[in-house]
Amino acid sequence: MCAAFSILITFGIIYEIGKEALLFFGSPEVNIREFLFGTRWQPQAADFGILPLLNATLTTTLFAMIVALPLGLGVAIYLSEYATKRIRNLLKPVLEILAGIPTVVYGFFALTFMTPLLRSIFGTDVVNIYNTASAGLVMGILILPLVASMCEDALSAVPYNLREASYGLGATKIETALKIVVPAAISGLASAVILALSRAVGETMIVAMAAGAGAKLTFNPFESAETMTGHIVRISGGDLSYDSIDYNSLFAIAITLFFLTLLLNIASQKIVKKFRRRYE
Amino acid sequence: MKAPQFSPYFENNLKGRQRLGGVWMNIIRAMTLMSVLFLAVLLLTVINQTFGYVIIETELSPEEIIGENRTFSDFNKLELIAILQENISKGRFSTLEREKSMRERSRDEVSDLIYLEVLQPKIVETWKLWDSITHADEIRQEHATNYPKAMLIFKSWLSSDFIRSAQSSKPTEAGVRTALLGSIWSILVTIVVAFPLGVGAATYLEEYAIDNRLNRIIQTNINNLAGVPSIIYGMLGLAIFVRALSALTSGQIFGDSLTTSDNGRTLLSAGLTLALLVLPIIIINTQEAIRAVPDSLRQASYGLGATKLQTIWHHVLPNALPGILTGTILAISRAIGETAPLVVVGAATYITFDPKGLFSKFTTLPIQIYQWSSRPQVEFQHLAGAAILVLLTLLLTLNRIAILLRNRFKN
Repeated sequence: MCAAFSILITFGIIYEIGKEALLFFGSPEVNIREFLFGTRWQPQAADFGILPLLNATLTTTLFAMIVALPLGLGVAIYLSEYATKRIRNLLKPVLEILAGIPTVVYGFFALTFMTPLLRSIFGTDVVNIYNTASAGLVMGILILPLVASMCEDALSAVPYNLREASYGLGATKIETALKIVVPAAISGLASAVILALSRAVGETMIVAMAAGAGAKLTFNPFESAETMTGHIVRISGGDLSYDSIDYNSLFAIAITLFFLTLLLNIASQKIVKKFRRRYE
Repeated sequence: MKAPQFSPYFENNLKGRQRLGGVWMNIIRAMTLMSVLFLAVLLLTVINQTFGYVIIETELSPEEIIGENRTFSDFNKLELIAILQENISKGRFSTLEREKSMRERSRDEVSDLIYLEVLQPKIVETWKLWDSITHADEIRQEHATNYPKAMLIFKSWLSSDFIRSAQSSKPTEAGVRTALLGSIWSILVTIVVAFPLGVGAATYLEEYAIDNRLNRIIQTNINNLAGVPSIIYGMLGLAIFVRALSALTSGQIFGDSLTTSDNGRTLLSAGLTLALLVLPIIIINTQEAIRAVPDSLRQASYGLGATKLQTIWHHVLPNALPGILTGTILAISRAIGETAPLVVVGAATYITFDPKGLFSKFTTLPIQIYQWSSRPQVEFQHLAGAAILVLLTLLLTLNRIAILLRNRFKN
């Protein structure tokens, strides 16, 4: 009974959000081609092209990945290959705290620390108060613990005799780590990357607070642009009348987001299953 | 015996390879250090906002009310009430009287009232902690030249008043009580709904479910649900609880008279939405805890003639309890920090009254932080910093409890 409830939630998500989204696609002002390929999102002018929102989402995600992937992998290698037990016991709680901080705090951090920092480096006329770069970088910090702990799990799962064989052949420690352990753990690492992607795409508060309002198709990370999640929060946080096209359009965005993240999550699980090497 | 033959390539490069190894090790160390630094910088940024100098200008200076060379501490309570009555309008005084009668208020409370109502403090300038320490002299100088009549004080935005007072549009009076109560209420709803459902689902999956296609689909499904972005749950809550079930969530079918309007943007909706959000987390953690209970325990129970339900109820679940509780606490701390779905479900963020029950409108701590930090005035940034410290303290306490439980479990 209780377990069936979880299936119910999934169907609930697809049904309810799908229903509202269908209302949106069914309305005369909208067609699906325009939704997928339109370059303007202006509900007032009945322009519903998701590209500007998607573009902003991808920009922030890109910045988040630039921060989270190398740092996360670095931390993971350090934890699994170099750190003594004492250092590991010190570092792990730090990562856990970092992972447990609510995203609204990261949003505050982006506004009061990262944006002023970027503005002092690149100049206030180059960097807007609200910009996607700041939101993306802070999002990277948010995702870092997730990447680090998943990568560390993957690296620790590689059996020790592989490392010993490598040392026996005269490899240095770093050669063993980068050329033996990392390739052996590649499936776990790949799934960590994909999960991080999915997390970044769905992240809301940081972009809602720091990336700015108003959908805009821009490739300049120092300009403000609104992501899919940011748009949903801003519009639904205001006065919104039910069954208006604005209201329904939010569900169209939501279902796009849902399938995007679902696809990424499933891909991540498939990769782990398919490429997992068994060491006996 | 022949000496081992290394290739010339190996010999020539050995030094270079070792050097490269050293360089890489330092890079990796630096990366790790950076992650720790992030945490430090993040906390320092929050603390930096929470404390610092402020210049407060008052409508009337204290001397104008009580005469020179006297301070408020010279007066007793009755005299203070008289001063208050003299300086504010009759209507305002009776409003205050109605909120809490003067007889019940303590002397300090009355003197606070004089401060707020008569002097009417207004913050004209604020500094962050770092500037307050490094540029103290300049701040004092600016105070002396620009605002000679105003007071310069070192203010901690986080204070007991901040926790006790309700939300307000005036930064000097605003507090987090409304938001804190909203958070607690919604979390209570979440626990009441999600805990039995989650534990039930996990027990079914671990103890009863046979390995067939349907149950495998359920399992994959739960894992996927845990990865759905929280804002999607917010949209779901908006569509189901706020709109479709608005008669239930607004309390209309119970004839609740407390509600101000008939819409479903209530604490109940918020709690239910959060319950959906944390359900997969509770299920997964409970499953792990149940799996860790040794099979011999179950067999011993069966051997003594217990039924399956008795075995689960009296032996499996009690043994798994610490693990289940740990998972639940982690889920709760996730729910407390969650903002986006509640913004979508709750919409109204400016609430000045305490929640009265399940069917009142609400605000929560993270929503309050979101609202304050999106205001342009700097005072509200300081308030947001203080609210974040409250939130983080709450979360750290919960985490601490979870760790203690986990350690007890291990022993």
